[in-house]
Amino acid sequence: MSTCDPYAGERLKESPFHPRQEVLNRRDAWGAWNGYKFAEYYYDAEYEYFCIRNTCATYDITPMQKYFISGADAEEMLNRMITRDISGMPTNRVTYVVWCTDEGRLIDDGTIFKLSDDKYMLTCGSSCIAWLEMSAFGFDYLDIRDVSDDIAALSLQGPTSCAVLKNMGIQGIEELKPFGITEHDFDGGKLWISRTGFTGDLGYELWIGPELALALWDALYAAGMNFGIHPYGETATNMARLEAGFIMPGMEFNESLKTVNYRHDQTPFELNLGWLVDFRKPHFNGRSALLREKQQGPEYTLTRLDIDGNKPAEGAFLYNSRRCNRNIGYVTSAMWSPAVKANIALAMIKTKHLGGEIWADINYQKELRHYSKAARCRISDTPFWKPSRARATPPPDY
Amino acid sequence: MNNYDAIVIGAGHNGLTNAAYLAKAGLNVIVVEKNDYVGGAAVSRELHEGWTYSNCSYVCSMMRQALHRDLNLSRHGLILVPYLGNVNYGDDGRALISYNDEETAYLELKRHSPVDADAMYRFQADLTRYAQFIRKTLLRTPPDPASFKPRDVQELLFLAREFRKLGKREMYEYIRFFTMSAADFLDDYFEDDLIKASMATSGIIGTALGVYSPGTSYVLLHHVMGDVDGNIGAWGLARGGMGAISRALAGAVQEHGGEIRTNAGVRQVLVKNGEAIGVALETGEEIQARIVVSNLDARRTFTKIVDKNDIPEEIYERARNFKIRGSSGKVNIALSGLPKFTGIPDNPYINRGGINFTGSLETLERAYDCWKRGRWSDDPFIESVIPSAWDPTVAPPGKHWMSNFIQYCPPRLADGPWTPEKRDQFGRTVIDKIERYSPGFKDMVVHMEVRTPHEIEQEVGLTEGNIFQGELTIDQLLFNRPFPGYAQYRMPIRNMYMCGSSTHPGGGVSSACGANAAREILLDLKRPNTVPRDDFYDE
Repeated sequence: MSTCDPYAGERLKESPFHPRQEVLNRRDAWGAWNGYKFAEYYYDAEYEYFCIRNTCATYDITPMQKYFISGADAEEMLNRMITRDISGMPTNRVTYVVWCTDEGRLIDDGTIFKLSDDKYMLTCGSSCIAWLEMSAFGFDYLDIRDVSDDIAALSLQGPTSCAVLKNMGIQGIEELKPFGITEHDFDGGKLWISRTGFTGDLGYELWIGPELALALWDALYAAGMNFGIHPYGETATNMARLEAGFIMPGMEFNESLKTVNYRHDQTPFELNLGWLVDFRKPHFNGRSALLREKQQGPEYTLTRLDIDGNKPAEGAFLYNSRRCNRNIGYVTSAMWSPAVKANIALAMIKTKHLGGEIWADINYQKELRHYSKAARCRISDTPFWKPSRARATPPPDY
Repeated sequence: MNNYDAIVIGAGHNGLTNAAYLAKAGLNVIVVEKNDYVGGAAVSRELHEGWTYSNCSYVCSMMRQALHRDLNLSRHGLILVPYLGNVNYGDDGRALISYNDEETAYLELKRHSPVDADAMYRFQADLTRYAQFIRKTLLRTPPDPASFKPRDVQELLFLAREFRKLGKREMYEYIRFFTMSAADFLDDYFEDDLIKASMATSGIIGTALGVYSPGTSYVLLHHVMGDVDGNIGAWGLARGGMGAISRALAGAVQEHGGEIRTNAGVRQVLVKNGEAIGVALETGEEIQARIVVSNLDARRTFTKIVDKNDIPEEIYERARNFKIRGSSGKVNIALSGLPKFTGIPDNPYINRGGINFTGSLETLERAYDCWKRGRWSDDPFIESVIPSAWDPTVAPPGKHWMSNFIQYCPPRLADGPWTPEKRDQFGRTVIDKIERYSPGFKDMVVHMEVRTPHEIEQEVGLTEGNIFQGELTIDQLLFNRPFPGYAQYRMPIRNMYMCGSSTHPGGGVSSACGANAAREILLDLKRPNTVPRDDFYDE
């Protein structure tokens, strides 16, 4: 009984998928996300990464924060909070959004699902109920409900993901376009499927009531048995999202509301997300600051780098010459990409230096000895990983 | 418009690599290929509906990452997927499992021999040190030790310097290592026969030598010096089969404006006044070019497509005596399901990667005895992989294809020529052996392609079916490959070059031979070099 457990309040919650994932986590590699026990990896992180690129794999996104925002004022309220304009958004579509402070600094990014004319779901990495309540000020016809624990969610990513859903009997899934949502009957309940993900590859996210989570898991894994289905954790996610060029809190941006030091947070323009800021709509949070920022140009710009050599440039400072005298920025995430066969990184670089040479001062260790080397960096204009299947409708079977 | 800067004969992976780099330098290049498909021995072929066999080479580890990256092979559709699981079956009923995870790997070795579990650390350290040294030479042209040209002297000094970095004791050990047999080398570390036999198999693959034959320790190193994404010794599968590598390389050739012609076998290299001027195809058509590059093996090049009168007598003799003995066969099997194997945990990380039917050192040596007597081994060494368990593109869902590499199988039989009946009998020997470890296996066989060295020579064009285009023994390595004095890709006919695995650094799907040859050709043509340096100088 939990009352007998003096540590009950400190124990991590278990996702509705946990009973299955616990068995598959052969290495007991657990971490935590939003209070949930969460797999770093299951058997071999690199193998799981390759499942995302080669077969298909599932990632438990139950710990993600989910909010239902409904009522006649829902659209208006969201449109005042976020920088993108969702007024023309059709039902059963998903869109990627960011929201900012009055100073135009990024609080968080997330996705908005339009479920009906007056009902939306907002998902994001960290809890933002306080900000939502604050943003609701002045709207009377509005209901905000934290449904984070009421919806179990599983991301299914990889080239065989559509084939697996077809094999599971999901009718018409191949016609679902990127960022679309469909609803299906499942085991006496409802299953929502969105063609979304965080890997840059073909993939879907499955949303279901917690009571049906295990039934969904079993159906999915039975259907995926011959399609290389495998669970993946945080490590493989981080690899895939970096190849796709997606940002992560705590890596590319520091959530503004948690930032202590002046301007150690970022603006959407610095994060190369200017396309998410729509000045055609009237007032929204951070509008005037962002307009100023747009006119002046951001101090830093998030940039994709292809770096010489094969040593990941993790935490490297960037310079404008091989001599590494003048600092022009820093690497936010870096890895050797097994799929692309390139030494890739995301980096914050002072905008005015983007036209010149870029060198990374890479530090690494070899059998306890430390080394450093300067490596030439080249800006990559396109995401490192962007297979055509990710956008194809219907997608290929593998 | 039959006038080209360069003709590359043979669209194997090295020929395509060579052509890609020449085209990248702006040369007008054509690759001519006798088969109606590109790839040579790196191919994916649908020989039974729904199943795609990599029916020659089947796994990849040697591919130079620097070339993969430089030629944008990923963008041309190539993705190399490392696979897990490696099991070695012993004759004594034991199974030795290799794991990626260090803790698990140690415990598994300890189960067989506590002493060997510890010794493995020392063995791996030594082998990695040897591998690091030899890896540095892969994307470099071997120096001519008899030459005083500044470039050769410089290159010799480079080798000497790198060699000295090993340290005194390790230098002595390294020299000793090069001439040892795999079994003797392993005796220095291990006591358990199955552990030794499992590693000794790397010393005989593709080689007409036994585990006790001197020189096989280098062959062992050759098989573990590759890597997948920096994990030295790891092996991977090309998604879509080995043909994905060739298709990506062909894509790179075309991206740079090169041309590829299939169904265009070369009858003869045209030579005028001691200079290569083009080729005559089997159809009679002639194609002119400033240079001619042969991707065929050394024996085939100088005894089949070059007129004996166009080369020095000595080269003809060397080519005739070039050691290129076939020793292995290949059995590709389409299966109706995933076979189960006895004596190993039934988990997906173990039972579908490499399954090696190893036996013991004694069994491996006896298998070689058969080869010496002109028979295929009645109890052969089999290296099996089930790529469909990792790659969703090569077999229908739920069905599988299994690649089986068999050693030994001779190119010529003592009791007369190969016949289809004998070939099938050889195939039966193989599935009979697998059936012993996987009861019910035979019932799952849907289709089977059996290839002896005879078929490999006839279809692929590798003399005697030798997978390395010439054996990897010290007399045929580095500045001795293919012949002493001709290791720098230039042949005795002016404007003629070689770029296949008969040249340094030898066999394996590495693209290194083709790239090295391109660098030499561009040097002669006074064109800027397009071939990158290797990427592993910091390791």
